Amino acid sequence: MSVSTARRRRSTGITLPTRTGMVFILPALLLFGVFVLYPLITALSYSLFSWTGIVRGPFSVFENYVTLFTTLPFREQLPTAFLHNVLLFLGAMLFQNTVGLGLAVLLHRLRRFKRFFQTVFTLPYLVSPLVVGYLWSLMLSPLFGPVNYVLKAIGLGALAQPWLGNPATAIWVVVFVTAWQWVGFPVLLYGAALGGIPDEIEEAASLDGASSWQRFRDVTFPLLTPAIGTVSVLTFIGAMEAFAIPYALGGSQGSPAGATDVLSLLFYRTAFESGASNAIGTSSAIATLLFLFIFGVAILMTWLMRRAERRLY
Amino acid sequence: MVSITPVRPVKTTAAEPAPRNAGHSPRRRAGFSLKDGAASTLLWVYALISVAPLLLMVTNSFRTTQQMASNPLALPSALNFSSYQKAWVTASFETYFVNSMVVTIASVALSSAVSLLAAYAFARTKSKLFGAIEALFLSGLMLPVYLAILPLFFLLDSLGMISNLWSLVLVYGALGIPFSTFVLASFFRQLPVELDEAALLDGAGPFTTFYRVHLPLVRPAIATVVVFRFVPVWNDFFYPLILIRNQDAYTLPVGITRFFGEYQTDWATLFAGLTLATIPLVVLFLLATRHIVSGLTAGMSK
Repeated sequence: MSVSTARRRRSTGITLPTRTGMVFILPALLLFGVFVLYPLITALSYSLFSWTGIVRGPFSVFENYVTLFTTLPFREQLPTAFLHNVLLFLGAMLFQNTVGLGLAVLLHRLRRFKRFFQTVFTLPYLVSPLVVGYLWSLMLSPLFGPVNYVLKAIGLGALAQPWLGNPATAIWVVVFVTAWQWVGFPVLLYGAALGGIPDEIEEAASLDGASSWQRFRDVTFPLLTPAIGTVSVLTFIGAMEAFAIPYALGGSQGSPAGATDVLSLLFYRTAFESGASNAIGTSSAIATLLFLFIFGVAILMTWLMRRAERRLY
Repeated sequence: MVSITPVRPVKTTAAEPAPRNAGHSPRRRAGFSLKDGAASTLLWVYALISVAPLLLMVTNSFRTTQQMASNPLALPSALNFSSYQKAWVTASFETYFVNSMVVTIASVALSSAVSLLAAYAFARTKSKLFGAIEALFLSGLMLPVYLAILPLFFLLDSLGMISNLWSLVLVYGALGIPFSTFVLASFFRQLPVELDEAALLDGAGPFTTFYRVHLPLVRPAIATVVVFRFVPVWNDFFYPLILIRNQDAYTLPVGITRFFGEYQTDWATLFAGLTLATIPLVVLFLLATRHIVSGLTAGMSK
């Protein structure tokens, strides 16, 4: 390569010519285009057609969407599944911002065993959600599950019950197991955020006579806003996409009696298990709605988060 | 389906450990106090809640179902590996395990390789086109791309690749690009342009510069990318559930759903199977705790 091209590049501040850059990008672009982008764009169009098996029929505008809201079983299953996704989000948020935040604060003050606790709290996060779901289904088994065994051993035998067999408790099992798996992430994230708060700020507050609760409420907590925002967005996406844990705990039907049904399960059932003639059309309508909802709210949350952060600094 | 996806990780260096003990209160008294005692009790209680199910999974995998029925909490009296043998051989875990390994290693290698090339170009060009492509990749971090499974199924079907492990390799390889290019590009951007100029003056072309000068310098970032893609790919259940229709090509998660139907009452074997599916992650975690903890929190240490 001649010196003159080197000089030219330096003057424009670009070190890689566009054509060479294209060669570098091409493999990734090709892979991403074929296996992510193309299916994504096509999937959105699928919902606008009526299908017979795998044969695409006429353009039907919003007929598939109308079907979702007017005919059974969708008219009943869609709101129930959506409600469960929302419960999952709210329950996981509550757990992560009480238990998770509390653990992070306790860990922050700890001198020894810090890395040990971090590791232990993060461990469930690494295990496959499917394995976590099946593991808890065994833990909560009415037959000889350890949870009921412990309850009986400590004199709370009255509480022992078939947790997953009872529609009233089953969805809360899904919420708890999901939150149990995720809590390590906020512990780490909040821990790092707490570590980033300069000691001087807390000291100044305590010199001004603030109690430790006041210090936490008025100084520490507001400085955690960016971390809480990050956890909220990820929790929202995770809760709306939930599939493996509900599948392991309640099967693809959301047993018992749809008590553990979520939107991704409904989509999966409709597309691959219903055997209905227009399965592709209706399931694509579910997928499109879910897609727009997740993406829209995630963007909105990110925007709100940025605004809150700007106000902070 | 949530995977380990930090929203905006690695602004600084990925290999740098998370800030530890950074916030000691200088006024804290030394020695034991009631408050410290209560705090550490709470930590130990939650540690038990966090790890007890996983410990029971391991201890019970060495016991018999009869022993579990009488006391699910007791420790194994001897290391009895017969359940593992049953899961591994009779319940086909050997096949599932090998399939999962092949898919995970090949797809992480694929996405890391193409992402390294692309990230280098993103960091070393300034044209609008490249910026747009980078933004396109980044949007993949937030989009629920799994909902595009139907067209993907038809695409792979038309290629005759349903029930073929390589279909999973290609799909996971593509799905890894957003995260991998994001981490790697921010790493490449920290390398001074003078490096490129020096290499250029020595007569090295762009590929030699990339391979000889930059690649060795971004090794910590590559480690982060590999670890963070290994976990979600190894754990994923959704894609193989739909794309793999032949039992010989099942990966572990789909294999487990089948296994749970067949061995419903054979708890010892169920626990052994679940443990087998988790072992590679524990090994990875022990090898790379530093990368995992710092990667998860890197976005915060800006």
